Amino acid sequence: MSDLVIHVVDLVREYQMGAERIQALRGVSLEIRRNEYVAIMGPSGSGKSTMMNVLGCLDTPTSGEYWLAGQEVSRLSDDALARIRNREIGFVFQTFNLLPRATALQNVELPLVYGGVGGRDRRDRARRALERVGLGNRMDHRPNELSGGQRQRVAIARALVNEPAILLADEPTGNLDSTTSADVMRVFDRLQTQGQTIVLVTHEAEIAAHADRVVTLRDGRIASDLRQDRTRAA
Amino acid sequence: MPFVEAVRMALATLWSQKLKSFFSLIGVLIGVTFLIAVVSIVQGMNVYMEDQFANRLIGLNTFQVRRMPNMNMGNITEETWREWRRRPRINYGDSDFIEAKLGTPALFSRACDDRAEVVAGGKLARDINIVVADAPFFRIKNYDFAAGRPFSPQEARAGAAVVALGFEVAEKMFPGVDPLGRTVAVGGLPYRVIGVVAKQGTLFGISLDKFVIAPFDSPMQRLACRLGFMDEFHVQSENVTAMSQAVNQAEELMRIRRKLRPGQGNNFAIQTAEAALSGWKKISAVLFAALPGLVAISLVVGGIVIMNIMLMAVSERTREIGVRKALGAKRRDILAQFMIESATISTVGAAIGIGLGIGLAYLVKALTPLPASVAPWSIGVAVFLGIFVGMIAGVYPASRASKLDPITALRAE
Repeated sequence: MSDLVIHVVDLVREYQMGAERIQALRGVSLEIRRNEYVAIMGPSGSGKSTMMNVLGCLDTPTSGEYWLAGQEVSRLSDDALARIRNREIGFVFQTFNLLPRATALQNVELPLVYGGVGGRDRRDRARRALERVGLGNRMDHRPNELSGGQRQRVAIARALVNEPAILLADEPTGNLDSTTSADVMRVFDRLQTQGQTIVLVTHEAEIAAHADRVVTLRDGRIASDLRQDRTRAA
Repeated sequence: MPFVEAVRMALATLWSQKLKSFFSLIGVLIGVTFLIAVVSIVQGMNVYMEDQFANRLIGLNTFQVRRMPNMNMGNITEETWREWRRRPRINYGDSDFIEAKLGTPALFSRACDDRAEVVAGGKLARDINIVVADAPFFRIKNYDFAAGRPFSPQEARAGAAVVALGFEVAEKMFPGVDPLGRTVAVGGLPYRVIGVVAKQGTLFGISLDKFVIAPFDSPMQRLACRLGFMDEFHVQSENVTAMSQAVNQAEELMRIRRKLRPGQGNNFAIQTAEAALSGWKKISAVLFAALPGLVAISLVVGGIVIMNIMLMAVSERTREIGVRKALGAKRRDILAQFMIESATISTVGAAIGIGLGIGLAYLVKALTPLPASVAPWSIGVAVFLGIFVGMIAGVYPASRASKLDPITALRAE
């Protein structure tokens, strides 16, 4: 139990679309342990995005349980969810989602700002996170002064800075060419060897191949859950 | 989100979109500029009117008995003018009666004035205020002498052809020459210069030094007065209380002289500094009454502009809001961010407005004879209004931003 980071039981998420009721998730159960490297795959419409939103505490399930780092989070208020997102989840988005007017360092500081970390401590932690992704020399650059790969690494540093229980990456290489994709994936791989739990949401088999375990969704249910020998870039 | 962080971010946003920011500031800016400038100018005018205008033109603790008031502000109807013109003039009997019966000690002087040419040594000065008065006139007017002396009671009694010159007249007629003992001609008759009155300066840009003063019974009387009458009878008391008493007595004495029945209006005027100021007081009261309305209108407009700018900002930055929420921003963090941003915009507008208002006040002071003094309270009010308008304008956009669903917000373009 102490080893379980994510424990999902019979998760259902329904949407009301006009008169129709759509079930995006139809009873998903899933366990992810500490330091696991999991890819969630599936075609569009499989419930992949809904799964990612619920796991990221951006959305709450219609029914079912969701235990994140030992806490049941499926019935929390908006503000309580915001606190969970701040402490336990590090998001990496396809489109980086950095604040354009802020420097790399300021972007990385942002979760700490909302976490109530102030002053010197905040600055130091943000700096260390940027150093971990190899951007120690780009701290004062704004996003438009950085390459796509560098931007995504800033976003990873931002996701890491609060030492979250899970790093949740949604198509992290979707906007990158193959060389920079490989770079970014190397960063994920290294973080995992350092002990980080990582959940990748992707439809690219090449990206999913980095994970130890691939969970495939289809029509709102888990179609397969396979362990694999990961391929790591040399 | 810490306060300083939010202000810094708001200023950065303002700075990065200068033109848009300018338009969002302009309403508050105009309102505050107007507030500061008008208050400064009106307050300066108040001080000026009391210190300079009334006391210099009329004299401290002094009143004048006249046929009609000669310092009027505001509209005077045709009918009032006609009534004033039908009044009897003040005669020597009136002035003697007041002088004899007034209970408190005072200085008295009859006086007439008109405009005429003054000639000396081939030089001609037009439009000089020629004044005839009794000897105490100089003390009543608090005139110091730059050179020479006022005329003596003997000269006054004898109606000697002597004259004291205003500073500008002396400078113009006798440049580089000592005017004392020299002769000036007024109305074709020669007068000996016995004194030069110290410089009085200007009032509303009009020189107060273009005059000549001769004894009341000198030949100049023919030019300035109607025979047997005077324009005004000056009475100066020793202090304010004695003066207000003297004013009441003089009014009563005149009514007795003129045999006015109770209920009948005065057919003369008692002009005090206060009465001369009443017109100005009316004007400044109107300005102060109109000011809040005018300021309010521009602040309301400014507030609406800011609200719209903020609504635009919220929809432009929907994605940013989504990201912030994903990273752990609570509703109140987003609310505070946009409220502070809105208040910052408006406060910056107010700050610039304060600067411009003060600048405008000093510009008016520099370019016109109108004085201006900045009132500290008006700056306080301006800062408060700036923050207040910004907060009010920010409430709706900020609450909309804070209620955005993070998933939808993250999907926004």
